[in-house]
Amino acid sequence: MTRKRRRLWLLLLCGLGLGSATALTLTAFQDNLVFFRSPSDIAQAAPTPDRAFRLGGLVEAGSVARETAADGRPAARFRVTDGAHAVSVTYTGVLPDLFREGQGVVTLGKLGPDGVFRASEVLARHDETYMPPEVADALKRSGHWNPAEGAAPPAASWNTLEPERSRPRNGS
Amino acid sequence: MDTANLPPLAASLLPRGGSLHRFANPGRFLRLSGRVLPWLTAAALAVLAVGLPWALIFSPPDWQQGETVRLLYIHVPMAWLAMGGYVGLAIGSVLALVWRHPLADLACRELSPVGAAATALCLATGSLWGKPMWGTWWVWDARLTSVLVLFFLWLGHAALVRAFDDTERGARMGAILALIGAVNLPVVKFSVDWWNTLHQPASVTRINAPGLHVDILYPLLVCGLGFTLAFAALVLARTRAAVMERRIRALQLAAARRAEAG
Repeated sequence: MTRKRRRLWLLLLCGLGLGSATALTLTAFQDNLVFFRSPSDIAQAAPTPDRAFRLGGLVEAGSVARETAADGRPAARFRVTDGAHAVSVTYTGVLPDLFREGQGVVTLGKLGPDGVFRASEVLARHDETYMPPEVADALKRSGHWNPAEGAAPPAASWNTLEPERSRPRNGS
Repeated sequence: MDTANLPPLAASLLPRGGSLHRFANPGRFLRLSGRVLPWLTAAALAVLAVGLPWALIFSPPDWQQGETVRLLYIHVPMAWLAMGGYVGLAIGSVLALVWRHPLADLACRELSPVGAAATALCLATGSLWGKPMWGTWWVWDARLTSVLVLFFLWLGHAALVRAFDDTERGARMGAILALIGAVNLPVVKFSVDWWNTLHQPASVTRINAPGLHVDILYPLLVCGLGFTLAFAALVLARTRAAVMERRIRALQLAAARRAEAG
């Protein structure tokens, strides 16, 4: 019995040491493990113009202007916001399918001296909500949610919604 | 032999007698698992026969992902199995290291290739989903990177336990690797909460309510159950085969010894 007991204690001790070492390492590298920085982070401490970093947030409602660059490629100007602050972004290239106003995006690029972020890559970020098109339509029609303004309302209010049956009731 | 005063590793390296008791439990395991396995397989097939058509054909598309959302019904159960299976591997490794349970060694050895396959499927379906939705096959964010590390841990365990001529030694090394790798599990799970990532946070296990409409949530849960049953059936069948293989080898060895003596 003592050998088993001793092996168990040894294992627990090793686990404790390994766990705290990992926790300390991850805490120390906190800043590097972050995938993108928010406009508020940029407002607090703007990175130098020659440093590439990722900027993430929601595409501000009404800020998207699609253009055509001099070489004929599609281009876009929009603002990325986290509610408190916003950063203007320019991008030349094809935007992902999920790109729209109110959608989360992560852009890679450099912040110019004029405060405009020149992105070389734009990725769309999907949030954690999944709903059938009819449910999204019902929420939009009833005025509970405007996708351009951000995340969907609390899931409990729609995740059991049956649009086919509730439509006549809502319409009356 | 008095081994009580030796350190655990040295004591474990000494030859131990009573090989009979080491296979006493596997005998009972074979009897029990032989009775459970057909039912488990049938249950897995039945649940998947309901869940997969429901998820892949009859469930609604997502309002902005369209039909691409159907990858979720494979991706999410595989992610659950990659992590849940690893929890099983860690428990088996503790049993093997502390209580020296020979069945735990065998189960761990047979678990890791299945776990690696589940993790590979999780990564592959995630990548296929990422290209049309995010706009990229792969990014080095905390969630994706930690799951890739999990995949390498599964592969490393499968390779390490098979790399030694002495199977017991290989099993012990594998168990140590599995337990060291277990620190990655909370990192995988909470990476989306601790750091900002491109990967979305958890939808099903949210504190307030699942962020999925029930028309998407229910087929997902049925698929999750079906794949879990199939995973369990696969691992059980593999472990049974491994126990029988050991037995046959022991019988052949005994026969060869008798022939030599006679």
